[in-house]
Amino acid sequence: MAQVTLNTLRKVYPNGFEAVKPASFTIEKGEFVVLVGPSGCGKSTMLRMIAGLEDITQGDLQIGDRIVNDVDPADRDIAMVFQNYALYPHMTVRKNIGYGLKNRKIAKDVIDQKVTDAANLLNLNDYLDRKPSQLSGGQRQRVAMGRAIVRDPSLFLFDEPLSNLDAKLRNQMRIEIKALQRRLGVTSVYVTHDQVEAMTMADRIIVMNGGEIEQIGTPAQVYHSPASTFVASFMGAPPMNLLDALVAENAAMIGGQTIAQFAGHGPVTLGIRPEDILPDPNGDFEINVTLIEELGAHRILHATWAGQTIMVSVAKDVTAETGTMHVAIKSDALSFFDAQTGRRL
Amino acid sequence: MKRAGFSIRWLPILLLLPQLSIILIFFYWPAAHAVRSSFFLQDPFGFGETFVGLKNYTSLLKSSAYLRSAQFTVIFTLMVTALSLSLALLLAVKADKVIKGAKTYRTFLMWVYAVAPPVAGVIGLVLFDQSWGPLKEFFGLFGWDFRLGVDYFDTAFAMVVISVWKQLPVNFIFFLSGLQSIPKSVREAALIDNRSASGRFWDVTFPLLAPTAFFLLIINITYALFDTFGIIDTVVKGEPSNNPMTLVYRVYVDGFRGNDLGGSSAQSVVLMVLVLALTVFQFRMVERRIHYT
Repeated sequence: MAQVTLNTLRKVYPNGFEAVKPASFTIEKGEFVVLVGPSGCGKSTMLRMIAGLEDITQGDLQIGDRIVNDVDPADRDIAMVFQNYALYPHMTVRKNIGYGLKNRKIAKDVIDQKVTDAANLLNLNDYLDRKPSQLSGGQRQRVAMGRAIVRDPSLFLFDEPLSNLDAKLRNQMRIEIKALQRRLGVTSVYVTHDQVEAMTMADRIIVMNGGEIEQIGTPAQVYHSPASTFVASFMGAPPMNLLDALVAENAAMIGGQTIAQFAGHGPVTLGIRPEDILPDPNGDFEINVTLIEELGAHRILHATWAGQTIMVSVAKDVTAETGTMHVAIKSDALSFFDAQTGRRL
Repeated sequence: MKRAGFSIRWLPILLLLPQLSIILIFFYWPAAHAVRSSFFLQDPFGFGETFVGLKNYTSLLKSSAYLRSAQFTVIFTLMVTALSLSLALLLAVKADKVIKGAKTYRTFLMWVYAVAPPVAGVIGLVLFDQSWGPLKEFFGLFGWDFRLGVDYFDTAFAMVVISVWKQLPVNFIFFLSGLQSIPKSVREAALIDNRSASGRFWDVTFPLLAPTAFFLLIINITYALFDTFGIIDTVVKGEPSNNPMTLVYRVYVDGFRGNDLGGSSAQSVVLMVLVLALTVFQFRMVERRIHYT
């Protein structure tokens, strides 16, 4: 278990592309941090720099009490789970799991014991003598996990480990990985583009976009107080509604109607989560519902409000029809962003 | 999976016919003919033949020249195969690591592939030449009086060098593409699991290259046995006498230069049996240790 500190870590490729802009943060001992963002945002490059698979252009990387910039991946005391599992196809499950230990000059009976323990933990006992090609996707995923945990590393790295699994298995493995991490207490960095995975698994989320860190915070902070319009629209399904509003005389207005008190002047972007717009016959605002998406537990209403499209999430027992509808707004759940920069105000 | 089929019965047979007829006319018919003539003694001028039974075979086994060729063939094949495979693998592993100018390196390394075996032989002759060969001069610096076509060992040495040089690019291309087909993430996983580069190579890279290596092993043995004919022919300059030669070249020399068609047919049959045995051995013993993905 180790603390990981990134100090203005930067990655520039030989062709001049800056994949990761100088990034600094600290991951506490035993913390589960999720790097999330759209593809190409630099999250995988960041992880690969931590793993040592990618050179660090600038800045310092500290794992535990060592600066590891120039330390070989094998000597960083890390274990990594890859997106396509990266199992050794010619080795049995047993050898796959034990390979990292074998190269660390550990006695054979100790390796056998550790492999057996890991297999017990991951329900792989019956498959130890099979080759990876004889396993299902979920089992391969478990072998990859086994290979990581058997080493007792001070840091786990996960590179989109669940994206090759089907939805049902993904949900199950998500919980398994999280539970395992809790039990072992190993510091973990997990990369994903799936905001649901990020929300459900993370102690802290780091949202990245275009090589830059947009926000670092707990899932609740990132969800309820997004630091930018990017975070607001990336986290949450359906995403936060972002509406053009005008601030005048200490009030934010949409379509001439005052939404909330707000100091300032000029255009702003107003963010409202779809569940913070409440159907209310006595509500002050009138929206025009054009489409209803039925999701069982709740429904998503697609509507227009003063010429702007919005989404409203309503519980299953709320009657909703297309056409005019009155709503109220939870004014304490609003977010305001700069209309130009998109940063939170 | 959807099954595709032909609606007309005779169409697949018709489509296979050109290939089948080529195999029959150019492989099986001559082979059958060789088996037959190995039991006969031919008149050198083609006026007749006499049935002699196994006499052609027994005289082969008694011929010291033939046994010497057989011994040379074994050593030659082992040397050419081992050297061209290991050097090509070394080059491929090194070329695979190059990032800057990788394409240029690869093109240079593959270039020799376009050279025909007799041309390779001629280039070799020029390099090793008695009177003005630069390599002969070079060996002279170390006190090695290199005499191509005169000294048995020196001639054999030149044959091996030229044959290996000619075969390197093919092996290189296959090894390089084999290396590049190993998933990047598997190599990266090994990078985390094992700090020793040679350990990673022998534990992970090489086993995953094994299917390529096995294919090349067969290709190279076949090459050393048969396709080196052009090189050997150029190097011995039609003056076999005391020079080393492979069994395949001896078939040609005895049959067409010595006009002993029966004896040369018997040699061909022996070769056929040897190759058959070798192939069976390779597939039985070597292939089952290989992991195909």
